[in-house]
Amino acid sequence: MQMTAEEKDASKVASKSGATRDIFLPPERERVKDGGKPHVMAKNFSIFYGDFEAVKKVDADILSKYVTAIIGPSGCGKSTFLRAINRMNDLIPSCYTTGTLMFDGEDVYGRYTDEVQLRKKIGMVFQKPNPFPKSIFDNIAYGPRLHGVKDKKMLEGIVEKSLRKAALWDEVKDRLERNALGLSGGQQQRLCVARTLAVEPEILLLDEPTSALDPKATAKIEDLIEELRGSYTILIVTHNMQQASRVSDYTMFYYEGDLVEYAPTKQLFTNPRDQVTEDYITGRFS
Amino acid sequence: MSSSKNKSIAGASGSSRRERTIDIVNRRLAKRYRIEKRFRFYGLCSIIVSMVFLAVLLTSIVSNGYSAFFQTYVRLDITLDSAMLDRENPGKSNFQAIIKQSINKLYPEVEDRKSKRELYALFSSGAAFQLRDLVMRHPDLIGTTVSLWVPADDDVDMLMKGYIKRSVAENERRLSDRQLGWIDRLADQDRIEKRFNVTFFTAGDSREPELAGIWGAVKGSFFTLLVTLVLSFPIGLAAAVYLEEFAPKNLATDFIEVNINNLAAVPSIVFGLLGLAVFLNFFGMPRSTPLVGGLVLMLMTLPTIIIASRAALKAVPPSIREAALGVGSSKMQMVSSHVLPLALPGMLTGTIIGMAQALGETAPLLMIGMVAFIVDIPGGFTDPAAVMPVQIYLWADSPERAFLERTSAAILVLLAFLVLMNAAAVIMRKRFEKRW
Repeated sequence: MQMTAEEKDASKVASKSGATRDIFLPPERERVKDGGKPHVMAKNFSIFYGDFEAVKKVDADILSKYVTAIIGPSGCGKSTFLRAINRMNDLIPSCYTTGTLMFDGEDVYGRYTDEVQLRKKIGMVFQKPNPFPKSIFDNIAYGPRLHGVKDKKMLEGIVEKSLRKAALWDEVKDRLERNALGLSGGQQQRLCVARTLAVEPEILLLDEPTSALDPKATAKIEDLIEELRGSYTILIVTHNMQQASRVSDYTMFYYEGDLVEYAPTKQLFTNPRDQVTEDYITGRFS
Repeated sequence: MSSSKNKSIAGASGSSRRERTIDIVNRRLAKRYRIEKRFRFYGLCSIIVSMVFLAVLLTSIVSNGYSAFFQTYVRLDITLDSAMLDRENPGKSNFQAIIKQSINKLYPEVEDRKSKRELYALFSSGAAFQLRDLVMRHPDLIGTTVSLWVPADDDVDMLMKGYIKRSVAENERRLSDRQLGWIDRLADQDRIEKRFNVTFFTAGDSREPELAGIWGAVKGSFFTLLVTLVLSFPIGLAAAVYLEEFAPKNLATDFIEVNINNLAAVPSIVFGLLGLAVFLNFFGMPRSTPLVGGLVLMLMTLPTIIIASRAALKAVPPSIREAALGVGSSKMQMVSSHVLPLALPGMLTGTIIGMAQALGETAPLLMIGMVAFIVDIPGGFTDPAAVMPVQIYLWADSPERAFLERTSAAILVLLAFLVLMNAAAVIMRKRFEKRW
């Protein structure tokens, strides 16, 4: 595992040293062989909505195959940052970025970057479950079909594999032809995860995936994240600090567009370096 | 913050004060219920008023129009004299003379020329055509005597339907006393009766009401609307999808949007003038044809279709778009496999409403010559044709009493088509609608 600390701001990156990280790695996670490389690198990266700077000059590396949580009060720019990674913000006409955001050594906002290809590699699950109003099978098969898989047998295999990965297979295997909208909210959200996994992304962006779900469904999604850790680089935006501390290896804390603190989760929650972080995680403001 | 402050003040000044606020709420509540009740009453009233108007309209049309579905026919015994009919070429025979001959046989006492003309006027000139068709189809009938029901003249028809009153003085009546006598004789011999008016549904326009039909106009409307639909649906859909999904939001697209909205409000006759100038005068297309009519109506319905389609596209939740983009579909794939299917019911509804509007449109068609008197039933897009509303307009303008009931009957046919189209819109919406 290599060091990827930015030299500029020691307080943000000091905790990213391999030694510190090793302390947090539970035994089963040691099986992640080639994790810990910088997968997404933000350099002096800002996002604007018109004149408003929603994310201010962020420098951060997101490490591959680990779970990184993004927390912060509402409107702090955490969702904006997440959606910038797979260029979902392109849908907003007034949105533009400065600085660089690199993914796998490629500039995400480069002139020749193909956003369709990018989004295939960087899957996303949204706040509200948004299955297509089609059958469960078609929901999952949509992505692979887009990318050229036509063989029925192969599609069936992908659907089963994705649903198994999303821990949904046993619940829906007998009703794959039913409309996905008939599933419960939690099942729909896991279906959305499965749909994203079906196109075999490298990164999974989860934008408050459990905020519309009840505690039981939330627990299932959290188990799922636990399951997927080590196979995918996962970024999760959450309002729920317990959730962040439960599921993530690293945590970013955003406040008013600034990346205030980025550290291993345990350290950030037990020993925050920044006063604002401490105030936030102790509930002095929200 | 402020609410907690209020609460503490209320608590400090005792419970009586708090009860009073509840009283205020209650009093206000009663008033709110009263307002709601009144509003519901107004709503109900307006529904009732519009239902009454609709009922009056329909009753007047139906009561005027239903009699046009029946027509008075007279039975004639016609001797197909082989001397008057050429076996080799029966089409060239003088069928009018044969009819007159058989009429004369019924009334041998009528001899002078003036009286004979009065007598022949009781029978429709269509009788000769009917006889000709019969002989052409069955040449073996030549030499025999056939009993044939031929249409009576519209004046006889009106008399039989009770629209011409016998009590009116003879010089103010369209039928003389003598003619009434002849008609009574027909009735005595059971030679006259009202039958279902097939001609009305199979013939084109005619100067003679008893020979006039709506079929030519129905076919004309069909060809015209086909041109309109085939052109305006794809163009409207493509324009709406482009403007809604792909076009950058800038001054140019704002300008286009404003213009489309304005076009929807332009009086339809202006489109007719445009069609006259562009399609007829500039491109030299044939006038009075469904092709040009369809083009003009396309111009008129396009804004409606674009606006309705854009509204339908806007109503597709953004989460579906995000989901599609999130798994790596291109914008085109997102639109074609998710956004369009979800927006299609709304788009189809808008299109059918536009079509229904086009079906009932008269003014722009007058400008391109579709108001001509056309007897032939159009067989294609470049044949001169009338459309239903124009046919209604033409008949409403005709002086004969029998055209009055045909006007109402034609309106009924038009309404039936409108109801059919709207039903199709509802069915399609139900069919394609997806819920979430």
